[in-house]
Amino acid sequence: MKPVFRALIPLAIFLVVAGFLFKGLFLNPKEVPSPLIDKPAPQFDLPRLDDPTKTFSPKDMLGKVWMLNAWASWCSTCRTEHAVLMEIMKMPELNLVGLNYKDTDAEAQTVLSTAGNPYQLVVTDSDGKVGIDYGVVATPETYLIDKAGIIRYKKIGAITREDAYTEIIPMIKELQK
Amino acid sequence: MKKWLIVLWLALASFSVLANEASPLAQDPEIEARLKDMSHELRCLVCQNQTLADSDALLAQDLRREIRLQMQEGKSNQEVMDYLVSRYGDFVRYRPPLKSSTVLLWLGPFVLLLAGGVGLFIQLRRRQKMTTEVPLSAEEARKISELLDKES
Repeated sequence: MKPVFRALIPLAIFLVVAGFLFKGLFLNPKEVPSPLIDKPAPQFDLPRLDDPTKTFSPKDMLGKVWMLNAWASWCSTCRTEHAVLMEIMKMPELNLVGLNYKDTDAEAQTVLSTAGNPYQLVVTDSDGKVGIDYGVVATPETYLIDKAGIIRYKKIGAITREDAYTEIIPMIKELQK
Repeated sequence: MKKWLIVLWLALASFSVLANEASPLAQDPEIEARLKDMSHELRCLVCQNQTLADSDALLAQDLRREIRLQMQEGKSNQEVMDYLVSRYGDFVRYRPPLKSSTVLLWLGPFVLLLAGGVGLFIQLRRRQKMTTEVPLSAEEARKISELLDKES
């Protein structure tokens, strides 16, 4: 090997390491891949926000493609997402269930009555137990569940318009076939 | 006045009732010890570089409560760990398990160390070859002693 090339080896190693570190700067450490993808959605039976005497269970949605969106009134990112949800929920084929995570019914209801309600129904997970079952780390998190009750996709953090139109809605249409 | 004092007393008394409710679910020292051991092995997912034992985040509290509950139901440490991994993935473990996707993580440093060692060894051997001792010629020996004499 020519000495010139040999002298360049440390530089090459440095560039490779720097390249990896540079890419690392743009990764979101909160985005941890969910082990629940392609697994059955964990079952639960939770009271509904609109009528706590009634309960809802994922079984009720068998045969439908639906989304479960964990949110809370104290979560500011959820408010940003709320606007996007309001917009996409105008599409009739979408079924959105809210999982009101560690919140009080009164505060959750205030959000829905002032900012609008994109949800078909909302269930209350006041102690966050179902949240743990779904591996919720921080709201908002959204799960896309297919007709057979299998989780097919998970979004950590707020759904943006771009996520909705380029990823989620096409996926829902595909799953509904 | 007396009536109000009674109301006040009742109101204050109700606080202590509430405080009792908020106390830890398990007082079983064995479970608490297991929980403590285990929470050093688990990651607080909100504050990612802390263990569950070090964290006071709300999620960490909930996770500890969940672990405690499952232990009270008679689950073994392994079963509780499997449950958490099935929900949060391997990331929940503070020490990632050794498997195909983490081999590089575990063995990478040793591979680098080995490569560095081999490289160093080869380099040193090569240098050793380059510096073969050449005996001084008579002329050189004379020059050296001349120089040394001059110095002193």
